[in-house]
Amino acid sequence: MTLRKYLVLVAMVVFGSLGDLLLKRGMSQLGPISVHDWTHAITALFNPWVAAGVLLLIGFFAAYSSALSWADLTYVMPATSLGYVFIALLSVFVLREDVSLTRWLGIILISSGVAVIGQSHNTTDKVAHGPEAIL
Amino acid sequence: MKLVYTWSTIVIMVLSTTVGDILLARAMKQVGDLGLLRRTKGLGAAVKAAMLNADMLAALLFFAVGFFTLLVSLSWADLSLVVPATASLTFVTNAIAAKLFLGEKVDGRRWIANILVCLGVMLLAK
Repeated sequence: MTLRKYLVLVAMVVFGSLGDLLLKRGMSQLGPISVHDWTHAITALFNPWVAAGVLLLIGFFAAYSSALSWADLTYVMPATSLGYVFIALLSVFVLREDVSLTRWLGIILISSGVAVIGQSHNTTDKVAHGPEAIL
Repeated sequence: MKLVYTWSTIVIMVLSTTVGDILLARAMKQVGDLGLLRRTKGLGAAVKAAMLNADMLAALLFFAVGFFTLLVSLSWADLSLVVPATASLTFVTNAIAAKLFLGEKVDGRRWIANILVCLGVMLLAK
């Protein structure tokens, strides 16, 4: 794993979580979509918040595709869940929201999961052909 | 009733995201390291190689279904419910699908990491 590859994972986390946040902001502005009128989901794209969210999600998609081109899906998934920790920390220190004990426990579990995966190889190929396989 | 609608959208998102993720991962394995391709042949060549792959186009179709379902879901429910609930369920379905369809070696360490993250995301959703 090079610095460049870590930056791709960071870009996924930042673009993905900010993109979702902007989508939510836009959809709150537009109000609930009726089950009988799904076309409103398409016209929602013209809302500036939703449009900005879509742009960020395109950035997320580019970073995600790039990550999957050199790492396994089961490696990339836990690595990017740090985004939830990022959002929680942001809401504590920037938005000054109260974070419950349950949420802190969630943050600790996610971080330890990421720490476990962080020590492993990022592709199945490398596991098979690594030094351990030869021994 | 609204809760039933919200959870229906979550189930649709989990299924479409899992199929999309598997197709995208398969496409990217075929294309190879995009960063390397960009440095050796330029950004245009990397984008072209990725976008002209059949699995990639199929993946985009499933992600589009997931995206519009997300918009509808967010118009009904909180971000802090929809996103963590979808993500934690997708962790489990993706790990199983990656083992079955991609032949990824999901060893003990990866299962432990997946379960820890999945539980953590569920707690965040509370």
